[in-house]
Amino acid sequence: MLTDQERKEIEAELKEYEYKRGACIEALKILQQHRGWISDESLKDLAPILEMTPDELDNVATFYNLIFRKPVGKHVILVCDSVSCWLMGYESIREHLTSRLDIQLGETTADGEFTLLPMVCLGDCDHAPVMMIDETYYRDLNPDKIDQILDTIDRD
Amino acid sequence: MEKPLTKNIKSDRQPLSLEEYESTGGYQAIVKALKELSPSEITDLVKKSNLKGRGGAGFPTGLKWSFVPMGEDAPRPKYIIANADEMEPGTFKDRLLLEGDPHLLVEAMIVSGYAIRADLGYIFLRWAYKDAEKCLRKAIQEAYQAGYLGKNILGSGYSFDLKLHTSAGRYMCGEETGLLNSLEGKRANPRSKPPYPQTSGLWGKPTIVNNVETLCNIPLIVNNGPEWFKGLSLTDDGGTKIYGASGKVKRPGLWELPMGTTLGEILEHAGGMQEGLKFRGALPGGASTDFLVQDHLDVKMDFTHVQESGSRLGTGTIIVLDDKTCPVAMVQNLEHFFAQESCGWCTPCREGLPWTAKLLEAIENGQGQPGDLELLAAHTNLLGPGHTFCALAPGAMEPLQSALKYFGDDFQRHIDEKRCPWR
Repeated sequence: MLTDQERKEIEAELKEYEYKRGACIEALKILQQHRGWISDESLKDLAPILEMTPDELDNVATFYNLIFRKPVGKHVILVCDSVSCWLMGYESIREHLTSRLDIQLGETTADGEFTLLPMVCLGDCDHAPVMMIDETYYRDLNPDKIDQILDTIDRD
Repeated sequence: MEKPLTKNIKSDRQPLSLEEYESTGGYQAIVKALKELSPSEITDLVKKSNLKGRGGAGFPTGLKWSFVPMGEDAPRPKYIIANADEMEPGTFKDRLLLEGDPHLLVEAMIVSGYAIRADLGYIFLRWAYKDAEKCLRKAIQEAYQAGYLGKNILGSGYSFDLKLHTSAGRYMCGEETGLLNSLEGKRANPRSKPPYPQTSGLWGKPTIVNNVETLCNIPLIVNNGPEWFKGLSLTDDGGTKIYGASGKVKRPGLWELPMGTTLGEILEHAGGMQEGLKFRGALPGGASTDFLVQDHLDVKMDFTHVQESGSRLGTGTIIVLDDKTCPVAMVQNLEHFFAQESCGWCTPCREGLPWTAKLLEAIENGQGQPGDLELLAAHTNLLGPGHTFCALAPGAMEPLQSALKYFGDDFQRHIDEKRCPWR
């Protein structure tokens, strides 16, 4: 069931679109914000308010890169693997992240703290290599800088 | 040198407030448009300016607008959409405008909306641009409070609302009809054309979709006229262009320069290659453009001249390949991207792109077979224009076909030596 808060936020978005299903991507993002990821249960909770079936909604949810249909960690690391970052050393960034976190791309650390995902171009190419953690950009990366960033987040 | 698009943008990119924007002449184009010009007169100005779409396709903006049904009988509501889904790899120019001068886009949407008598506008923003999202929300709110948005704008009788949509990430959202499907809450698959969005777009109603940089030129054209705009350019394609460079150059970045600045001059703005590296080639306008090489440094970077050189201006943000980087691996990275981002709607793209990426991976890993290069070349035809539903796969073939042409010997060495010579 949707919480009162979730319902309130989704209803505000419904007003922005001529037809209810137009708000479904915003609604999925709202639910993901509250619940961390989109479970089958979440699809069933959300579908009626959008006048869609859960399957129709899943059809949308599985299409977009930033809708998570599997559980993710407390922080999601999106490391850019597109061409400008690749030219500037993406491979060493990836190797450092996977060895430091002891997970592969697409996995979550055992303590549930970090999920590491490859991401398409983040549009910050003059500061490559780049990654995003949650909603913050980290630019001009190198292994030392990554250690400092992760140390700071770990302490929070 | 005039930099009309970026002249107000601060070095730290802190966005201009409404007052700051107004103090530099901001929102005067709305006053002029609503009080002195009819919608068709604005479209005529844009046509005369020779403004071409800055999202990559280079379609004449005024001509695009002229296909929208006008008059009392036109279907309503009509829509205008800013394509701010900047997801072309290596492209980061619209972000500068969105973050640094959000009111310029808001004003551009209102003036352009008036030109087609749109009722509602959407800014379709990519998910990752969180700072731009904050800037735009604030700018839209300020514009409503100042009476530039909403009902009966400045007493003109014209009413226009503007909303912000943030995406959930997928390259296909940048394709015009994929964007429309996404805005309707669907998968961002492309639609068949015709009908074109100008007559049947969002929710089946007349819709114009323009790139952010394209739109931001509109208030400037209304204020200063088409002759001024054409005079900014070194060639026949009007205006300035926000060029950029990434890769192993000394100073990657963005520069607003006259349209038609040469590839070599843009490289100079980037400070040239990093110490110890040589220039081998560049994708002139994002991942989906053909390589240009040393022989092309004098090519004027506008739509016409880059096309004559066998590539496309695209987004005008160049991605530089140096001599210490393997061109096969670079193209492998590009094709991996396109294969992943294919929406799967049509067979050649869904099946052909992963095959291409796998062939390149095998070649890069020293497992290439005789005949692989012929197979890759065949793909560049089979996935080229006319064989697929939208431009994604043909775009994906552009860096591949040009890499085979200019770096064919490097591909062959991988197969002959059964290894990557750069590793």
